[in-house]
Amino acid sequence: MRSRGGPELAKAGARDAPSGRDQRSRGDREQRILAIIETARAKAPRFRDERVTMAHGAGGKATQSLIEGLFVPAFDSPALAALGDAGLLAVDGTELALTTDAFVVKPLRFPGGSIGELAVNGTVNDLAVAGARPLALSLSLILEEGLAADELRAEVEAIARAAQAAGVEVIAGDTKVVERGHADGMYVTTSGIGRRDPRSALSPGALRAGDRVLLSGAIGAHGTAIMLARGEFDLGAEIASDTRSLWPAADALLDAAGPALRCMRDATRGGVASVLNELARSSGVGLLVQEAAVPVQPPVAGACELLGIDPLYVANEGVLVAFAAPEAADDALRALRAVAGCEDAAEIGAVRAEPPGLVLVETSFGGRRVMDQLVGDPLPRIC
Amino acid sequence: MRFVDEFRDAELGRAVATEILGAVEPGRHYKLMEVCGGHTHSIYKYGVDDLLPENVELVHGPGCPVCVIPMGRVDDGIALARRPEVIFTCFGDMLRVPGSDGSLLEAKAAGADVRMVYSPLDALRIAKANPEREVVFFAIGFETTAPSTALTLKRARVEDVRNFSCMCNHVTIVPPLRALLDSPDLRLDGFIGPGHVSTVVGARPFAFIPADYGKPVVIAGFEPLDILHAIRMLLAQLADGRCAVENQYTRVVPWEGNRRALEAMAEVFELRPHFEWRGLGFISQSGLRLSDAYADLDAERRFDVPGVRVADPKACQCGEVLKGVIKPWECKVFGTACTPERPIGTCMVSSEGACAAYYNFGRFARGEREAV
Repeated sequence: MRSRGGPELAKAGARDAPSGRDQRSRGDREQRILAIIETARAKAPRFRDERVTMAHGAGGKATQSLIEGLFVPAFDSPALAALGDAGLLAVDGTELALTTDAFVVKPLRFPGGSIGELAVNGTVNDLAVAGARPLALSLSLILEEGLAADELRAEVEAIARAAQAAGVEVIAGDTKVVERGHADGMYVTTSGIGRRDPRSALSPGALRAGDRVLLSGAIGAHGTAIMLARGEFDLGAEIASDTRSLWPAADALLDAAGPALRCMRDATRGGVASVLNELARSSGVGLLVQEAAVPVQPPVAGACELLGIDPLYVANEGVLVAFAAPEAADDALRALRAVAGCEDAAEIGAVRAEPPGLVLVETSFGGRRVMDQLVGDPLPRIC
Repeated sequence: MRFVDEFRDAELGRAVATEILGAVEPGRHYKLMEVCGGHTHSIYKYGVDDLLPENVELVHGPGCPVCVIPMGRVDDGIALARRPEVIFTCFGDMLRVPGSDGSLLEAKAAGADVRMVYSPLDALRIAKANPEREVVFFAIGFETTAPSTALTLKRARVEDVRNFSCMCNHVTIVPPLRALLDSPDLRLDGFIGPGHVSTVVGARPFAFIPADYGKPVVIAGFEPLDILHAIRMLLAQLADGRCAVENQYTRVVPWEGNRRALEAMAEVFELRPHFEWRGLGFISQSGLRLSDAYADLDAERRFDVPGVRVADPKACQCGEVLKGVIKPWECKVFGTACTPERPIGTCMVSSEGACAAYYNFGRFARGEREAV
């Protein structure tokens, strides 16, 4: 004992060498407190905020509290409560999937794409990862007074091109105009309908210990491209959004793995980390990710490093995460890599029984840590 | 990335981890404090503590700038942000820190014009672009960020930007360390010294730790290999019964500080008689305010700032967690009154604070412990 004495010290000293009974009661107390926390965490999230903040739109815990604490209880629909990327329904024996998505990106055009292209691909991808072949879209436009006709025309053309590339038709639409200052140029909402593919019954609750985690391409490009395109940072990196239709990737996976394909998700808002956390929770399994196996293009890695942001939490618009039974994983990966735009696809981890609901990462440095859900937007650190 | 990846090499990491395993005495428990929040972040990000033997424990120190801002200062900031003429600017991670009635992010949702900046110069740029508005920069951080605030204020003076002001919450690193070391129940064996702060103040200011308190200090860089190396150096000092300030981060940190940065700080700032730290209470001469020469750029003097003081609940035991006297779950309010959603003390504010980490991952950590 090196420090100075006094009654405090005697007390602290006693803590250092507890008797057998003390040790037991200490352990009990720790156990009890962990149990309290566990109960609190297991409760369905409630929406208790006084106002909506930007965090509610960021795809993390706040978004979850809005969806699971307000929307799902209000609409009382089992198809909605399944919280898939698309809602599933059957009409006279035909299995369909329905989804909708609003796009409010700023700026409207960015390297690698634009809002119109995003609006088509985003909805197509929600159908694709639900295992549904996209059939048709509806399009709703909110336009700001004063928007240049050329900009509108360019986006309409982008929508037409993207729809054609994805093999879907736009069959319905709506237009509203709001006063100047009430929208950033234009907001675009698309809804999509698709026919469910019979090759596999995908479900977010289907993950089993031993399953493999596949990623369809390099991550972080879209979110980084948008941040740089906003011009808030004087960074001159060449990074283009990865927006693309994921149906070819989903199709290839369904073909190669069939019923051994457990689940797919597109890693949009909140990035790959958020998708993995959602699925670990809904399947009640643990996930172990090998950080070194996760493909990130060097310019994206560099930009994220400078901004203090982890690419695993950055949005993608053309990357899916797939879970496949171990015996089918190699074939699935091979099939994925043969798809244009998915050449960098990789196996990044595996499903484990323990610890349920948590995602662990083995870092490229060799240590392990928990990869948690985001609370709100990823905010850069000062230190 | 060249010149960075070299310091994240897993093989070298394993080699140093093996050396560390060889350097610890079995049966002896080591508590080492990493002072700086940047270190805590790296330790967490790379899983550095996972590579350490069971009996080497890292205690997260008071060096996370946003975590130590007391609620009253956040409330004052929000009061400024709510003024219709004000554009309120601050660093990103400050936005979520809760005051007594919400965070800046929530104030923004309620209509305040709050903008995130990456540098105080961005705030000055916003002021020049919006001459009809008052732009306030909420300055936080240790000696790492204080020079950039000082240089920005000097530039505002030279360019005569009159609609720019600064609410200064800068703090200094030595007083809280002294406060920790002065407490009789301290249970720390050594310190990983703050690398970024030391690029400004140099390694010399930490000489009082071995001289007055007999504890070793190793100033370290922020890559995982830097941190492991520093732990190795600390263990070597402890094994030899030595205590000194050693510098692991020689590629950046000099013994003497950066003279130009220190001069700029001395011109623009002066010490406050005392400043409050979340979870640690008032610490004398630990905070900076603008000097009289820069009084006109001081937001606290330009506006009527309420100067609220919100006391930390008495039950908060962050100080004892920081000193390594108790574990997070031994605190009276842990997990009940104090949670990551409604944090009371500094250790719960940042996701990397000891209490927040234990709240989120304690079950996992315990499971792993039992599996070993």
